[in-house]
Amino acid sequence: MAAGAETRAATGSRATGRVVGSWRAAWLRVEAHWTWYRRYWRSSLYSSGLQPVLFLAAMGLGFGSQVEAGPATGGLAYVHYVAPALLVAGAVQNAIGESSYPVLSGFKWQQDYYAVTATPVTAGQLLGGQIIWIALRVGIACVVYTLVALLFGAWLNAGALLVVPIGVFAAVACGAAIMAVAATTYNEGERFAAIFRFLVMPMILFSGTFFPIEQIPAAVRWLAWISPVWHGTELARGVTLGGLDVWPALGHLTFLGALLGVSAALARRYFYRRLVV
Amino acid sequence: MSGETADPRTAAPTVTAPMVEAKALVKRFGDVEAVRGVDVQVRTGEAFGFLGPNGAGKSSTMRMIASTSPRSDGDLRVLGMDPDLDGPRIRARLGSVPQQDTLDTELTVRQNLQIYGRYFGLSRAEVRRKATELMEFAQLSDRADDLVDALSGGMKRRLTIARSLVNDPDVLLLDEPTTGLDPQARHMLWDRLFRLKAGGVTLIITSHYMDEVEQLCDRLVVMDDGRIVAEGSPSELIARYSTREVLELRFPPGEQGGVADRVAEFGERVEELPDRVLVYTGDGERALEQVHGRDVRPVSSLVRRSTLEDVFLRLTGRTLVD
Amino acid sequence: MAPTTSATTPDATAAAPARRGLLLRMLPAPLYTGRARALLERSAMVYSRAWLVFVSGVVEPLLYLLAFQVGFGKLVEEVTGPGGEPMSYVAFVAPALLAASAMNGAVFDSTFNVFFKFRYNKTYDAMLATPLGPLDIALGEIGWAVLRGGLYAVAFLGVMAGFGLATSPWALLLVPVALLVSFAFAAIGMVCATFLKSPAQFDFVQLAVMPMFLLSTTFYPLSVYPEPLQYAVQCLPLYHGVELTRGLAVGVLDVSMLGHVAYLLVLAAVGAYFTAKRLAGLLLR
Repeated sequence: MAAGAETRAATGSRATGRVVGSWRAAWLRVEAHWTWYRRYWRSSLYSSGLQPVLFLAAMGLGFGSQVEAGPATGGLAYVHYVAPALLVAGAVQNAIGESSYPVLSGFKWQQDYYAVTATPVTAGQLLGGQIIWIALRVGIACVVYTLVALLFGAWLNAGALLVVPIGVFAAVACGAAIMAVAATTYNEGERFAAIFRFLVMPMILFSGTFFPIEQIPAAVRWLAWISPVWHGTELARGVTLGGLDVWPALGHLTFLGALLGVSAALARRYFYRRLVV
Repeated sequence: MSGETADPRTAAPTVTAPMVEAKALVKRFGDVEAVRGVDVQVRTGEAFGFLGPNGAGKSSTMRMIASTSPRSDGDLRVLGMDPDLDGPRIRARLGSVPQQDTLDTELTVRQNLQIYGRYFGLSRAEVRRKATELMEFAQLSDRADDLVDALSGGMKRRLTIARSLVNDPDVLLLDEPTTGLDPQARHMLWDRLFRLKAGGVTLIITSHYMDEVEQLCDRLVVMDDGRIVAEGSPSELIARYSTREVLELRFPPGEQGGVADRVAEFGERVEELPDRVLVYTGDGERALEQVHGRDVRPVSSLVRRSTLEDVFLRLTGRTLVD
Repeated sequence: MAPTTSATTPDATAAAPARRGLLLRMLPAPLYTGRARALLERSAMVYSRAWLVFVSGVVEPLLYLLAFQVGFGKLVEEVTGPGGEPMSYVAFVAPALLAASAMNGAVFDSTFNVFFKFRYNKTYDAMLATPLGPLDIALGEIGWAVLRGGLYAVAFLGVMAGFGLATSPWALLLVPVALLVSFAFAAIGMVCATFLKSPAQFDFVQLAVMPMFLLSTTFYPLSVYPEPLQYAVQCLPLYHGVELTRGLAVGVLDVSMLGHVAYLLVLAAVGAYFTAKRLAGLLLR
């Protein structure tokens, strides 16, 4: 700091800007997102709040009314079986959506990322802010879902409270991965449409969200094991419905943690590569 | 108010460390060398220009100075600091107007200014006050709560400049500030820039418009193909590389051939462009009489003062804007 | 055929294109010049490069079908199908998915694509500087959505047959039904697209489409709902598409099908009319 003060005195600086700490800088980005959100939250009501609830109503209650409680659902009513999984699936979908086009827009259309990195805020702090923001947004959506599901009688016990952080964790891990993809996307983002359809959608259909992965032919079941949605779903069912041992739980947490770590590191690298050239 | 410029040079700045000092500065993108060894010094309080055609390496140089782009080679000090080590601290004291506006079009004018100010560590109260002040400066007060999306190109540009001033920067970097604007909007922007300069802000401007640089800059470098080809004040450069006046002769299509040789003796130098012949001379009217005396009949002729455009033509054999 | 007058001015009424179909005679010339086909050609050109989008439109419903085959179908063995007959759950869902995917594809084409062309690329402004009129654009874009929907429907029907899920020759009629559903939703979707201002508002489109997809008896019979809700569900346009496809797939026909068809036809006509009107109001100023 001393050197800064010297140069400032030497050049007769009148500038009022100063460098803020990394966490604070990331938080300033969250503030900016919040400003945007205050104006546009209504239009995001659907994807963040309503979609998972709709799925719960249609699949949990509607489709569930046709399902006999049996071994596949652990002897539970279908709505109890599907409620925690839908939270995870919805959170992941939400985070992936928010990490694709909106992030690409920062680089490409709106280009506001370049405006931010012309200030004392760095590309890494910008990414940090984006991840925190998505965690918050997904968190809000998960809380809303949990409350509505409560009205549906979808929760069996207070373990439901733990489902929220699990959903956010899985969501942020997937979101960070998509941010890394967004930072390396230079066209109009056609690949996102492909990712949504060929990766996200099958991931949600075949990760034990709606039916146990044991029903998937053994030869392709490993696809479910590498799906972050499956790891999140197993954890979420474990904390509300029970039947999850410590070691598998740690395994799931490690998988999601590793995905988040690797994705965030890659995203950071690609953010710098794109913004600091 | 265009044309005549009051001498913009304010009192000579006190001798201090230069705001920007580059030595043998190089920027490479893969195999392409965009900047090939640039030496510049920008002094406190001056308006400094980079003049050159598109692709000359101006923007790359500018982004290195803005500390958003690491240099590939050479030495660079901005505000006495090394951008590689002190990027955030340098940026805290810079204002940057990029070529593209990079505004958040889904937010209002006021919100754009306030949020940007926060990145410089300003308090909420400070950014509120500053936003009001800057909207006044940019003549956008009546649009304060409109979405940026709804603004005209000139307004967006003014907002981008206002935004770059949110931290009261010591140095303001403007990359092609008026490209794409209509003449009226350009003059309005120039007027704002004059005020900033009078207020003691150091300006660094890139442009491929010679009139812009002539109007705004105390000193400039002419860049071509990643290198500096000349340096000085606009009048110095014109005196050094051109004559006082220029006689422009236009001919019907296909009748220009051979004219350059026939009129060569009437000027110190003759340049032939696709659509006209330029005769560089101290006395344009006299040269024109002589041309007529030689029975050369142009469709139209024009005697004018030399400009930086002529300097550039002399130095590179090409025009700035094509 | 040289244009005799500009189609960009609303008061130019003397346009006399060579071919005059029914619509041409009904509508004022600046609105429609019978050249919607130019839009189709343009779309085909664009999409010939974006084949992935095409493939995904075919693959997506297949993935759903697969999920129902291996997963959901194991949870629910039988449901009550058209005519009160019990049927396998997969056979129950498959025709509904066909109708739903026709809707999804049409809405996607007519909202996202049209919005970006309209707001950002200004494609339509360029088109209106030619003899094309707003209704040409409307019909061209809707026609493209319908064409795509038809292709998907054929692919889907093929797979259904392969899975042994289309048991009646009437199932061939699933293709025209899918076209009708596509047309109706594309027309309505395009009207909506002209009201959107920011990409963030696409959530509103999802807000309409997703509940319809989930609740229009796609995944379970109408009888699951309590009676008042049954009436509400029967108002949803997709419900009528699903009723048609589900009945035809197993060959259970009845008079109510005429009602379903009429509903969708009216929707299509209303949508096309308002699309042209909105485009004319927004573009021909």
